[in-house]
This record gives sequence, structure tokens and C-alpha cells, in this order.
Amino acid sequence: MKTKKILMTGNEAMAEAAIQAGCRFYAGYPITPQNEIPAYFANHMPEVGGVFIQAESEISAINMVFGASAAGKRAMTSSSSPGISLKQEGISYLAGCQLPGVIINVMRGGPGLGNISPSQADYFQATKGGGHGDYHMIVFAPSSVQEAFDLTVLAFDLADKYRMPAMILVDGFIGQMMEPLVVHSPQSTVHSKSRLLTKKWALTGAKNRKPNVIRSLFLAEGRLEEFNEELQNKYTRIKNKEVRFEADNIEDCDCLVVSYGIMARIVSGAIENLKKQKLNIGSLRPITLWPFPTDIIRKVAKNKKILVVEMSAGQMLEDCLLAVNGQAKVDFLGRTGGGISSEEEIIKKIKSLVGR
Amino acid sequence: MDKIYSHPKSLHDTTTHYCPGCGHGTIHKLICQVIDELGIREKTIAIAPVGCAVLAYDYWNLDTTEAAHGRATAVATGLKRTQPEKIIFTYQGDGDLAAIGTAETIHCANRGENITVIFVNNGIYGMTGGQMAPTTLIGQKTATTPRGRNVNLGEGEPLKLLEMLAVLPRVYYLERTAICSPRSVLNVKRAIKQAFSNQIENKGFSLVEVISPCPTYWNKSAADCLKWIEHEVVKTYPLGRLK
Repeated sequence: MKTKKILMTGNEAMAEAAIQAGCRFYAGYPITPQNEIPAYFANHMPEVGGVFIQAESEISAINMVFGASAAGKRAMTSSSSPGISLKQEGISYLAGCQLPGVIINVMRGGPGLGNISPSQADYFQATKGGGHGDYHMIVFAPSSVQEAFDLTVLAFDLADKYRMPAMILVDGFIGQMMEPLVVHSPQSTVHSKSRLLTKKWALTGAKNRKPNVIRSLFLAEGRLEEFNEELQNKYTRIKNKEVRFEADNIEDCDCLVVSYGIMARIVSGAIENLKKQKLNIGSLRPITLWPFPTDIIRKVAKNKKILVVEMSAGQMLEDCLLAVNGQAKVDFLGRTGGGISSEEEIIKKIKSLVGR
Repeated sequence: MDKIYSHPKSLHDTTTHYCPGCGHGTIHKLICQVIDELGIREKTIAIAPVGCAVLAYDYWNLDTTEAAHGRATAVATGLKRTQPEKIIFTYQGDGDLAAIGTAETIHCANRGENITVIFVNNGIYGMTGGQMAPTTLIGQKTATTPRGRNVNLGEGEPLKLLEMLAVLPRVYYLERTAICSPRSVLNVKRAIKQAFSNQIENKGFSLVEVISPCPTYWNKSAADCLKWIEHEVVKTYPLGRLK
């Protein structure tokens, strides 16, 4: 397998990964801190015969993605928190029409216009639906530039496989920071026509077949309930098959720290430091935020201190509480609006929990 | 004996859900006749709006997608840019195209997307119970203008979207037509055919407005609706080619 090592920002890495995954349509609207993504596509989509459109709004961009996806093409958009709020209607329609599509949210501080500092305050919006109706997206939370690349490729595969929107949820740090990245040669990634799924449902013109109809309106009595049951069955299959996480010393630790994205990098530094001080600390890092690694947390929670660390006022905390289900006390350390808990703050918090 | 009229292949043989005297059925049929005549059924993709015509796919024997309210031209952009060889058209009402979707409409036109837009203007929100539309006439009574649309109450002027679009250099074809007589229906068909032919010839953004009756929410008989279009609506919305 041919590989090369390059230096890239997370934003550029996700855009390059999309192109390598066979994404040939991007529409977006400028917003900080994700502007490197549309710029990358503007530069590189023409080289592969793909389409880049700077849309008049986030709303239009997600609906252009809807159209390109309905045509059977791999398509995506990206934005940052306020822009992602605008896309929620379109995401709900993608879910309701069972169309694949990838959405990158490079989170910034909110609510409202907030600021442009890194944040993890869109966890609820990403994992609980965000738009109207009973639906989910598969939500990936990379914690490095390499993982941002790899999970973007996976997001396209799973979005196609399950015919649903998938989101890459990163904070402004992951988007903006540069790290070495190993890029496989395009031949080794999924980008080849034969390996892309044949989408029999796509709108290509009703030639030698009955018309394909893409819809989310079901007026006949009981029909929408049936459809929603189909969706929920799909979500159950995903919960059973697609949970991803990274675990370190989670079985026998005295304190288990749960964190994701850039926060998990800082937490791992804190845990390394505490190991030297002979403290027995474990780490669990969800890689998929939906489906959430509920089962593993529930399994190991007993007789431990649990600490959730986030760049929010406590959002993933709620999923952890549900997972722990009263078996242990769950503590929280979080900052908002661009504040980031330092390694020292995390160490101090863990020590206070384990009585040191 | 020569067969001079038959059911279009692009139109399903089914029962209508539209109200008696509604214009949608006529316009659906005209589109299907044009698609048959141009021989493009197998490469045409339709985009249904939100509103009374959302169920258009129950009538059209065509690949069809729904679009969120007002977003049809954005969806069309995604479909056309990824399959430039296909024929893409949107079917939108006045609320869809000229209120909630104004931004999408103007920017799609300004990019000069090579698509066909059928804009059905009946001056009312039919699906939701007859509320004021951007195109409702001054003085027209609706569920939300019970005393008649009044500009002095801040209810706005009837929006003339075609006139607004006419200033955009990348817009190729704009024509306003109406359903008010057999002759006018033939004229609607001619304009629709022109708008599809333009796309086949890669001419760019083409839009046909069709002023269409809504007896249910105009509180008029079907026949009176046609007279009202012919004598009243055209004073605000003059017919003819704008571009």
C-alpha cells in the first residue's frame, strides 16, 4: 500500500478525505472556524471533476447536498455551530427521505453568535436529532487530524450503507491545528466507482424501470408510524454494530474519565501524569457519540469514580449518567465559551475524587 | 383514423385529490404532454414543492423528489450539477417560490442554473387553509387578511418576482401565463414547452409563471375564478414574456 506523510490542518484533512472517499459535491457558506474546508474544495474539486458551490446560505447548501445525494452522488457540506443550526431542517429531511450525506460541524462557542473559540456545546444538537422528528445521525468525534481524516472516509461509507446523514463533530482546535497525517494512496481508499454502492433508489430518470420517488410525507393513516418503526429498527442495528470508542485501563481503575475530541487529548496527558504518581486512572473516549458507548460504560461503572470532562456545561454528561444508571457517582468538569480545562485542572479534579 | 389525443405516458392514470376547479391538474397534464412530446420522460427528474402540489409524484410517471418548503431550486441545483445531461424541473407555488424560498429562487436564477421552473401562482396558501400569499392581490380577503390585503396595515404589495428576476443577466427566459380560457391553456403549454426546450439546448435558467385558479379559497365558483383571472389578476400581473 502506497502511503505518504504530510502536514495538514484538521479542516484540510477532512476535505481531502472526502475527495478520496469519492465525494464529488460540496456546497457551503463561509463561517469561522471552518473556512479552510470550502477553500480546499474550491481548489481541489475541479481537479477530480467534482462540483464546488458557494451557496447563498447554509440552508441552501444543505438542500443542494440533498439534491446531489438524491442523484446518487456522495455529497457533503460543512459549517460551524450557528450555521449548523440553520441546516437542521435539511438534515431532518435527509433523515426522513433516507438520503446519505456528510455534514462537518467545526464547533465554536454559543449560544447565539457566541464566539469563534473551540467548543463542544453542540453535542445535544448532534446526537439527539437537532431538527424535528424522531431521527438520528451517526456522529463521529475525532481527536486528531489523522482520525479526522479516517473518520471522514468512514462517515461516507456508513452514510451510504445506512442511507442516512452522518456528522463529523469536531471543535475548532481539531479543525485549525496542524498534525502529521498519513494519507493512503487514492487506490487504497474507497474511491473507485466499482466500490461505491450502486444506489438503485437514486433519481437518474425513470428509464426501463418504475419511477423512483424520494419523500418523507406519509399521509395515509398509520403509514408514518410504520415508516418511523423502520427508521427505529435501522437505528437499533446501528447501535448494535457501529459503536466505536477507545478504552484504556477501564476495568480496574479507581476513577474512569470519559471525554472526547480535543478534550480527550488533554485528559490523556493528565492521566499519564497521574500514572507517574501511582494513581490508577482509566480513560474512555467515545469515537462515535451516536451511537454512544453506553454498554461498555454500564459494564465497568460499578465501584468507580466517574468523571466526565467536556468543553460544555455538561452535555455528554447526560448520556454518561444514563449509561452509569445510578451504579456510581458521576462528576463533571467543564468549561464553556472558549474556556478549556487545563491538564492541571483535570489532575486537581481527579485527585479530589480519589482522595489525594 | 388518426389518434390525435391520448393520455400522456408521463401522467399516471389515477384519481385527483385536487379540489374541483383547481388549476394544478391542468398544469400537471400540460407538463406531462410537453415531456412526452420532447421525448425526455426517461431522463427527467421532477421536484415537488411543499403545498397542495406536494403529492405531484402521485400523478407524474417521473423520477421525483420532495423538497423542503422553498428549497426546490437548491435541490434542483444539486441534481443538475451532478447530472448535467438530465432534465430537472421544479414545480412551486407562490408561497414556496416567492416567500419562504425567495433567496433560493433569486440565487439559483443569478447563477444561471440550467433548469426549468414552473411557478404556479394562485395568490393564496391553499394547503394550510387560504392565508395571504406574497402574491395576494390588494383588497383580497384571506384567512390572515380578513378585511382584505391592505398595504397601509403593513401587509405589503403583491410581490412581482418575475420582474425582480428580469434584471439578472444569467436569467434566460421568463414568461407569465394564466389559466382562464381554453386558448390561454394552450398558451401555457407553449410556454412550458419553451422552458423545457431551453434546458435541452443548455440556454440557462427558464421560468414560467402560471396564474392558476383556487376556487376553494377565492370563495368563487370555478367559472368565476377564470373571469377573475382574466379581468382582475392580470391588472396586477400582466401576462406575457418578460425575458
